Amino acid sequence: MHFELSPPLLAIYIPLIGAFLIALAGRWPNVREAITLITAGVLLYVVAGLAPRVLADDFWLAFARSQPLRLAQVLPGVYLELKVEPLGMLFALIASSLWILNSLYSIGYMRGNKEHHQTRFYVCFALAISSVMGLAFAGNLFTLFVFYELLTLTTYPLVAHKGTAEALRSARTYLGILVTTSVCFLLAGIIATWGITHDLAFKPGGVFTQALASGALTGPGLGVLFILYMYGIGKAALMPVHRWLPAAMVAPTPVSALLHAVAVVKAGVFTVVKVIVYTFGPLTLVKYGQGEWLIWIAGATILIASLIALFQDNLKRRLAYSTVSQLSYVIIAAALMSPISIMAATLHIAAHAFGKITLFFAAGSIYTAAHKTEISQLDGIGRKMPITMAAFTIGALSMIGLPPTAGFISKWYMLSAAWETDYHFVVGVIILSTLLNAAYFLPIIYRAFFRAPAQDHHHHAQSSADGVFGDETHPASASHHADHGHADHGEAPWPAVVALSCTALATVVFFFYSDLAIDLAHQLQKGLLR
Amino acid sequence: MFDVQANLPVLIVTIPLIGGILTILTGRGWKPWAWATLLTGTIFYLTLRLIVAVWASKTGIVSYELGNWPRQWGIEYRVDALNSFILCIVAGVGFLTTIYAKCSVEKEVPADRNNFFYAVWVLALCGLLGITITGDAFNVYVLLEISSLTVYALVAMGKDTHRGALTASLRYLILGSVGASFILLGIGYLMMITGTLNMQDMHDRLHSVPGILQSKTVLVAFAFLVVGLGIKMAMFPLHMWLPRAYTYAPSAVSALLSATATKVGVYMTFRFLFTIFGVGFSFMTMPTTWVLALCASAGIIVTGVTALRQTNLKRMLAYSSVGQLGYIILGFSLANVNGVAGSVAHILNHALMKGGMFMALGAVFYRMNRVDLRSVRGLGRRMPFTMAAFVLGGLGLIGFPLTAGFISKWYLVQGCLDRPHMWPLAGVVLVGSLLAVVYTWRVVEAAYFQEPDPGAPPVTEAPTLMLVPMWILIGASVYFGIDATGTSKITVTAAKALLGGS
Repeated sequence: MHFELSPPLLAIYIPLIGAFLIALAGRWPNVREAITLITAGVLLYVVAGLAPRVLADDFWLAFARSQPLRLAQVLPGVYLELKVEPLGMLFALIASSLWILNSLYSIGYMRGNKEHHQTRFYVCFALAISSVMGLAFAGNLFTLFVFYELLTLTTYPLVAHKGTAEALRSARTYLGILVTTSVCFLLAGIIATWGITHDLAFKPGGVFTQALASGALTGPGLGVLFILYMYGIGKAALMPVHRWLPAAMVAPTPVSALLHAVAVVKAGVFTVVKVIVYTFGPLTLVKYGQGEWLIWIAGATILIASLIALFQDNLKRRLAYSTVSQLSYVIIAAALMSPISIMAATLHIAAHAFGKITLFFAAGSIYTAAHKTEISQLDGIGRKMPITMAAFTIGALSMIGLPPTAGFISKWYMLSAAWETDYHFVVGVIILSTLLNAAYFLPIIYRAFFRAPAQDHHHHAQSSADGVFGDETHPASASHHADHGHADHGEAPWPAVVALSCTALATVVFFFYSDLAIDLAHQLQKGLLR
Repeated sequence: MFDVQANLPVLIVTIPLIGGILTILTGRGWKPWAWATLLTGTIFYLTLRLIVAVWASKTGIVSYELGNWPRQWGIEYRVDALNSFILCIVAGVGFLTTIYAKCSVEKEVPADRNNFFYAVWVLALCGLLGITITGDAFNVYVLLEISSLTVYALVAMGKDTHRGALTASLRYLILGSVGASFILLGIGYLMMITGTLNMQDMHDRLHSVPGILQSKTVLVAFAFLVVGLGIKMAMFPLHMWLPRAYTYAPSAVSALLSATATKVGVYMTFRFLFTIFGVGFSFMTMPTTWVLALCASAGIIVTGVTALRQTNLKRMLAYSSVGQLGYIILGFSLANVNGVAGSVAHILNHALMKGGMFMALGAVFYRMNRVDLRSVRGLGRRMPFTMAAFVLGGLGLIGFPLTAGFISKWYLVQGCLDRPHMWPLAGVVLVGSLLAVVYTWRVVEAAYFQEPDPGAPPVTEAPTLMLVPMWILIGASVYFGIDATGTSKITVTAAKALLGGS
């Protein structure tokens, strides 16, 4: 056991201690929320403090030489260990910085909706963030797997939060798919990797080169392992194992916003990129001609998910399918296996985060202020909630990939990677999906700003809920509430408004000042080229 | 001066044998319990000293000849890495369940039978420890009878809370006796052809006299033994006695049995298949690998599915135990280092997790008077420590990383992948853990996300005397999931010794 407090370990402990204190302060909501915010602030400070080291010129030299931080030896040769590298650094930075805003938002949302079990909510949230930090700084596959599973476990109570039969059913889907894929495929892959190489460490270029050279592992064997890993990482929501993500939308919106638009799903694609870069090595995969199928599957996922999103009337479900499609952007970029495409994948992890969290914040604010969950109810809402809908517009533009938003940057790199590697299919997919993105986001904005509010509001909401989307995730009471006290609603509570303004602003700022993210992606690229 | 160190092996059996009988004289109230706790605590201490002695010795074997009779004539107690490990598990879990038993027995067994209960209890432990320590095949049978008869009695002690305990005990008695007779016949045939009862001598003669291994007598002995042991270790489909027995026995008895009785059955199988017949005969000449692996796989899947349809949680855990024994059987049927090591590791890990989980259910019964799925609704808030222990144990059954169950699974999957063409078995292991997710999660949902039944009594946390042993077991299962270097050293050494001794 190792108890020295180095920053990556601190990043895991801080939310853990935070969770403990939140549980203790459960009786005093103001103290409890203050603890959440302070914990999030301290965490960002610690994580940001790590960045200069990662960006240093001689980072990769130091990386190759330095020992990982070993917490425990679980089995002979299998350690629970941490090691900081650029990809994880970026992921940790995004998660910890957005946690602050998300906590602020949660306060507005949870109080505005008078949710029950709020202490449990904040405790589990902090625990989930702790797992995310462990995942981001994991030094080997085993550690990654441990935190991956812990993340599933700690987010389960958040998905099941409402405790209704429907929430429990969705939570079962959530847990079922994520655990099935990770245990049946990912764990099998990891154990097989251990059996073949006796090396689970992350190193640029991968661990299989020796086994492949000596004949202990063949090309097709490598391909099978690759399939096990890619489908084992269910959190990346590659079709057909994406079903858990729309199911998770039953959770309170702050959960959907930070966890199911940023932390959990990004943990999935982060793991995909990490495994491709550090376990397989893009060059190895290209050399043995394995993994091209991923481009096709990810391409199909992008398009199919966008098409499904087009037909969703429930706002959160539309956003969920949009997330499924955006995650596959990262996967398709990683699957191109060129240095610039890896960079594009890394950047998209960051770029998508700001836009999507803004969209979810907006959806949650609409629910809190107006108790509306369906897109068909949103006519004219832009006049009552101008800030929220303006932020929503920025988020949507980022999803489509228009300047001046974050989404443009990563899409730019992605397209250049696709041209460079001569995958015209990918270029086509990106263009087509941009059109689809526009097709499912712009009508919402149009409705919100340019349509007059529906007169027969109650009737409208009722018919849409009963008719086509009767089984959607919104609580049955939502449409009844529509006329009682929410007819003259304004914006959501101020913490929510502040939070979503900040993320919308960040989406734009990222377009102009994306240096940090690009530097980190560059650093990762350098590691690949060494 | 009596030399404790030199006589450790025999003390571990004689202390509970004599002490157990004396328990009847301790009267009523808390005294039988205190006496039993003292006895089991002493035994646990002695087994710890024994495991240290085994690892300190150069050969890794401690041999003790009873009454100084040479092993050809007398009884030899022979302790190596494997059985010192099992002894520690049996004695340790025995000690903790004895502490736990106080509240459970007060609730479920009439006060005037307390001294009998603890007498039988200690004698059962004596039998289990004796089977594990002895190196003499007939002595195994004798001690097996001691442990079996006492265990039937222990199960029947549950009759005052549930009449089903009597039929369960009878069913157990009938099947158990069939198993024991098969084992006796097997030992008899072996004795006939080798002329010895010492396990090591049996092995030597079976392998030194040419042609003897192919003789019909040895084949028949082998068949009898495999089936008899299969019943004793509740191998699917010979597990019929187990679910009822575990369901209706008093809570403490369920905890003790699940953690020790079947495990000792597995240990006997190790001794007969690996030590006496040898790996070459048991697993290469005979199709044992396929038979056992098939039974085990079918057991893992079928009992997993059965478990998730139970509403009585004790019965659910009972079926789950059969499935978990499937893992253990699957592991050693692979007859390679990783497989056998996984199997030995799972003996410990399952004992910790399942023992702890049965204790948690016993605590629920103590407060709620029932243990079905409805009764745990909302208990996450009312009995937080009990339910947390149950959930942690459940995570272990699933094989969640950082629990002991993960370690066993790691070795078992590797063992499956090490054998050519056996990789689908790895799939069975993993699918089995998914079934564990389903049946554990029904409890999690009920305990944490459902409101208590309106008519449910307002309950509080279980007594400390129940919580402490429960949490020691569950805590150990988590500890051995985070740091399994020590246990994996023992299990791999034991596995190599079993495989190398052919």
